[in-house]
Amino acid sequence: MRPILMKGHERPLTFLKYNRDGDLLFSCAKDHTPTVWFADNGERLGTYRGHNGAVWCCDVSRDSTRLITGSADQSAKLWDVQTGTQLFTFNFDSPARAVDFSVGDKLAVITTDPFMGLTSAIHVKRIASDPADQVGESVLVLKGPQGRINRAVWGPLNKTIISAGEDAVVRIWDTETGKLLQENDKDIGHKKTITSLAKSTDGSHFLTGSLDKSAKLWDSRSLTLIKTYVTERPVNAVAMSPLLNHVVLGGGQDASAVTTTDHRAGKFEAKFYDKVLQEEIGGVKGHFGPINALAFNPDGKSFSSGGEDGYVRLHHFDPDYFKIPSI
Amino acid sequence: MGVDLLPIQKPRWGELDEEDDEKDYYSTLLPKQVIGPDEHGVKKVVEYKFNNDGNKVKITTTTRVRKVATSRLSKSAVERRSWLKFGDAVHEDVGARLTMVSTEEIIFERPKAPGQEDTNASGDPLTRGAVLIVCRSCGKKGDHWTSKCPYKAENLNHPSVSSVTDDSEKGDVYVPPIKRGGADMRRRNDENSVRVNNLSEDTREPDLHELFRPFGSVSRVYVAMDQKSQMSRGFGFVNFVRREDGEKAIAKLNGYGYDNLILAVEWAAPRPK
Repeated sequence: MRPILMKGHERPLTFLKYNRDGDLLFSCAKDHTPTVWFADNGERLGTYRGHNGAVWCCDVSRDSTRLITGSADQSAKLWDVQTGTQLFTFNFDSPARAVDFSVGDKLAVITTDPFMGLTSAIHVKRIASDPADQVGESVLVLKGPQGRINRAVWGPLNKTIISAGEDAVVRIWDTETGKLLQENDKDIGHKKTITSLAKSTDGSHFLTGSLDKSAKLWDSRSLTLIKTYVTERPVNAVAMSPLLNHVVLGGGQDASAVTTTDHRAGKFEAKFYDKVLQEEIGGVKGHFGPINALAFNPDGKSFSSGGEDGYVRLHHFDPDYFKIPSI
Repeated sequence: MGVDLLPIQKPRWGELDEEDDEKDYYSTLLPKQVIGPDEHGVKKVVEYKFNNDGNKVKITTTTRVRKVATSRLSKSAVERRSWLKFGDAVHEDVGARLTMVSTEEIIFERPKAPGQEDTNASGDPLTRGAVLIVCRSCGKKGDHWTSKCPYKAENLNHPSVSSVTDDSEKGDVYVPPIKRGGADMRRRNDENSVRVNNLSEDTREPDLHELFRPFGSVSRVYVAMDQKSQMSRGFGFVNFVRREDGEKAIAKLNGYGYDNLILAVEWAAPRPK
């Protein structure tokens, strides 16, 4: 396959997200402007100008009209997807990290980093259908975990919030009471910072990637460990194929160590694993630095990766890929 | 894009009517011509224009038209297709080329050929580190760095003393990489390169990769393509990580019938300097 290279960002990529129809691809980077691309040919549709710091995460509503972004400029912003206009700004006292719309797009979860004596926190905001009625108050604020919370997503039926971060623990919170419901077992859990979290299409299970060079598959309700995928490099990004039983891990050695070794030693490839057998089934090379973001098209026929090198690479699979035997 | 200067055919001002001289001026231009697309999808557009100096120029633009597979899109996705650009994308000049198709064919690399054990223990090169360390003083691989060579002082006793050792003996004199022993950086890319001739036109890089993979790990596959027609030129190159694998492949595949043609496989001639 010949991937499509998109060079719209000046700085390393941080996050990639497809909309539900899989025709738009949103990219966030350490430069200040999230960008939207057509997911078939990689043409740039527009940019969302207004943030004043690195943008860490984004999410798009189910009907592809609203975009929410979390940025290091201590704010999260709501955008109109079509025109790129800012609809609302949620201001915080510390950098915003992860954002995620709930099922139904009525609520959003936003995490903030520990900063200037403040601890990290998970905020739940109500999203008004009319931006004029939007208010900045949090419905719920969850505190407790030490260190950054790198990802927070909604659990099944919006009843729970699943969070993971620097303390390497996956937590499940109750969205009604704000209580901590579950924490993963220390013995089976990750040993280092969890960098990424991806839900399956139906939300029944999710995948976490960690700097301890592994990715783990968990049940969303019981938080039981289902599978572990071991790799050779710290994992920065994970994605799950919605079509086949495949998981993709992206990463590579630390960006600061890249120049000290041979480029082939870095292993900046997206690694494909069989979800069930936990075996490596393939790899896709191409980036000149660690992979920071991965996303699968909802049709499962293409995926994109974003690297420390500032490029987004959009891969449409060859027919051969779909012939890989699986159980 | 080719630009040919035609002799000036600008009409003299006296011959023009006063009111509509602008119109007449442009009417002397030939209309735009579109040739093709032909069977290779090559389309030619010939336009005539005046440049800033008032000279008439012929602009020939040659493009290749390719059909992109279409997929079913939802109604809202079709509508989004016609959305206007916004933000920085509005002022995007054509030359910006933010989106490009990779010139390199990326293969979905399977870790090992189906039904075959991977013979070389592909350890982690970072922890193993061995292949990266080559002592330029004694040529020993994976044992020590050049500066820490234990044989440096008593290099005469070392079995693999060569002329290279003599050079480095002179002290801290700079030795250009080309004169250093050990890993030859320049030739790294054409190491263990096998040339495959008499390929059928339908053979693509993934096919070649599949054909040669059973003999050992392949580091590069390349099929020569005709720039214009994107048809195979009938030969290609395969690089092996290890030379023995290349030898095996040549022994087995030279004279092998592939796609109704008999392959000719040989070591590639070194690239002319």
